[in-house]
Amino acid sequence: MLKINDLKVKIDDGAEILKGLSLEISKGEIHAIMGPNGSGKSTTSNVLAGKPGYEVTNGSIQFLGEDFNQLTPDERVVQGLFLAFQYPVEIQGVTNTNFLRTSINSVLKARGEGKMSPGEFLTKLKTKANELGISSDMLKRSVNFGFSGGEKKRNEILQMAMLEPKLAILDETDSGLDIDALKVVSSGVNSLRSTERSFLVITHYQRLLNYILPDFVHIMVQGKIVKSGAADLALYVEKNGYSEFLS
Amino acid sequence: MDMEKISNEGIEEETIEVVKNLTSAYEAGFETKIETEYAPKGLSEEIVELISKKNDEPAWMLEWRLNAYRRWLKLKQPNWAKLNLDPIDYQDIYYYAKPESMKVKPKSLDEVDPKLLETYEKLGIPLKEQKILAGVEDTTVNGQRKIAVDAVFDSVSIGTTFREELEEAGVIFCPISEAIKRYPELVKKYLGTVIPQTDNYFASLNSAVFSDGSFVYVPKGVRCPMELSTYFRINAENTGQFERTLIIADEGSYVSYLEGCTAPKRDENQLHAAVVELVILDNAEIKYSTVQNWYPGDEKGKGGIYNFVTKRANCRGVNSKVMWTQVETGSAITWKYPSCILRGDNSSGEFYSIAITNNMQQADTGTKMIHLGKNTRSRIVSKGISAGRSQNTYRGQVSVHPKSIKSRNFTQCDSLLIGDQCGAHTVPYIDIGNNSSKVEHEATTSKIDEEKLFYCMSRGLTEEESTALVVNGFCKEVLQYLPMEFAMEAQKLVAISLEGSVG
Ligand SMILES: Nc1ncnc2c1ncn2[C@@H]1O[C@H](COP(=O)(O)OP(=O)(O)OP(=O)(O)O)[C@@H](O)[C@H]1O
Ligand SMILES: [Mg+2]
Repeated sequence: MLKINDLKVKIDDGAEILKGLSLEISKGEIHAIMGPNGSGKSTTSNVLAGKPGYEVTNGSIQFLGEDFNQLTPDERVVQGLFLAFQYPVEIQGVTNTNFLRTSINSVLKARGEGKMSPGEFLTKLKTKANELGISSDMLKRSVNFGFSGGEKKRNEILQMAMLEPKLAILDETDSGLDIDALKVVSSGVNSLRSTERSFLVITHYQRLLNYILPDFVHIMVQGKIVKSGAADLALYVEKNGYSEFLS
Repeated sequence: MDMEKISNEGIEEETIEVVKNLTSAYEAGFETKIETEYAPKGLSEEIVELISKKNDEPAWMLEWRLNAYRRWLKLKQPNWAKLNLDPIDYQDIYYYAKPESMKVKPKSLDEVDPKLLETYEKLGIPLKEQKILAGVEDTTVNGQRKIAVDAVFDSVSIGTTFREELEEAGVIFCPISEAIKRYPELVKKYLGTVIPQTDNYFASLNSAVFSDGSFVYVPKGVRCPMELSTYFRINAENTGQFERTLIIADEGSYVSYLEGCTAPKRDENQLHAAVVELVILDNAEIKYSTVQNWYPGDEKGKGGIYNFVTKRANCRGVNSKVMWTQVETGSAITWKYPSCILRGDNSSGEFYSIAITNNMQQADTGTKMIHLGKNTRSRIVSKGISAGRSQNTYRGQVSVHPKSIKSRNFTQCDSLLIGDQCGAHTVPYIDIGNNSSKVEHEATTSKIDEEKLFYCMSRGLTEEESTALVVNGFCKEVLQYLPMEFAMEAQKLVAISLEGSVG
């Protein structure tokens, strides 16, 4: 599904952040990336989502066989990518409900499909919001505006649940969540698991991986993956830290 | 309260549609092909007399016009606004243009030339009246709120809806050309008392040559049973539109009035110089909303309307209240400052404005709050959005007279820049004449937030849709003051007028 090959990325003012990243994710798989602060995890997700300000100097990103690097952020969403941000942005004056509906209809339109009827949309929204413990008040408020850290994260998962992507990247969605919220969010993710859908989960805590069981765990250090393994690799770094991976 | 809820939900629903259905052009830019009768080009005493005669006016009115004209001849076009403006040849303009089919005044809208009616239908302006069943109290037609419309086409009003129903409530709503004949005492008493003929260059010009516009009188204690509105359409070429609106809210009355305006796409600039006077007596209230969508000209700045308008409310009575809400998206050049003279004790004035400029548009707009009475209050919220190579200036005056003790003003003025070729300017004039009054001014200028745009795009919105959504969010505080139907229209315009501002 996703194939990243020897990716090197500079930020616009010169520093190289990703230094030869390779990663392959197949349909239905869950991959986790762990790594020290500043190792390039959020940069990886931003580059995958098409955020401006980065320059790919080497390598390629292929998503479902298509060269992703040429696509604008919204086109990537249309192809089935979703990024739950580490730091979701606040948009004042635009209600959460309105934002979600605009988002869904934009994607459907770009795919050449018909709009979702208001009834269908609201039913789906209420169900998903309920599952994630998101109050109707939060749906009426401006997007993420004045939301607590945990509420913002849950809101990201709500957007994911509504958009039903093929590949979802969760960038530290667990950070800032209390233990109950962590369970709610994890079950939200698990309910979306399918043989057709893949996840890339970025986290600092092995704890999340008790709830969302990964097929693979990767350790990222200084802009590339230095070790890959099965779920138990997370337990190993939790115990021993990253020191042995730092050169 | 309930209304507000409905209106907000309406907005939500509509934004979605809006952001989806971004159209690629100025939708109102078509021309209606009809025969038009013009007065000879240019301006002279003869032309003033001709306009007066066309309207079959009494002698006092002609006298009033000629006074204004003679005054105007002595004036020079002002140049203090931050506008880049080619000289206007006042002798190269038609001052009167009327559809041939209006030669014999139709008795009702049914008799109006279908082509004219079609024009309004195309613009989405309802000119049909639905009779309510006897004994059934209802302010809606098929679930939509009733709005009475005065339709002004070039220099004449082609008809006004719901007049009888309004008359039953005692409300007078008719073309001003008719009010001059039917209600001369009211007109004489109030015309030119808020904006004197001598007020400024364009007010003098308008006083000399205005051809039509709307007249409203709401009698004592009456709450106008429906929204009133006037829709101004310029159609004829090389023609100026000079309309005059006079609204009087007598003691304890209330009225909400809306105006809209559009014009065909043309390569030549056209002048629109209106005067709007509001008189508000004891305990009365007027809400005046504008969605200004005159043709803005093309990307290179060719064509478009020069919108030079004088609007002022005189809160004469105690506890009187006025609220101006404007959404300015159109015109090549906008030059207007809807103002409030707060003469009555405890009177209040509010001004809510969204001004969007794109491409080569220029806007110099704002308000004046003149506090004269005791304990008067004013509130200004201005949202300016500039894109392309446009220039957008907020110019606002707050002045508190020494006798206007314990008065308050709050001004918030936010500018949003899209791209780096446009300009936003804030020019406040503040003058406080006593110690017990308080004036607050807050201003911000920011570039459209790239992080917000990226966030929207990463949820599937295109760059243009993202911009429209973020800008609508920025304007929300002002949009909520518009009547529901206008709020939707306004949101659509916000999206459309930013067309081509990104990428
Ligand atoms: N726009 C930028 N300008 C300058 N430096 C940047 C920029 N973006 C990223 N960096 C740097 O790149 C490195 C990688 O950042 P990134 O956010 O990808 O780390 P991370 O692995 O997500 O860290 P964390 O675990 O703290 O979230 C950091 O050193 C960061 O300071
Ligand atoms: Mg990070």
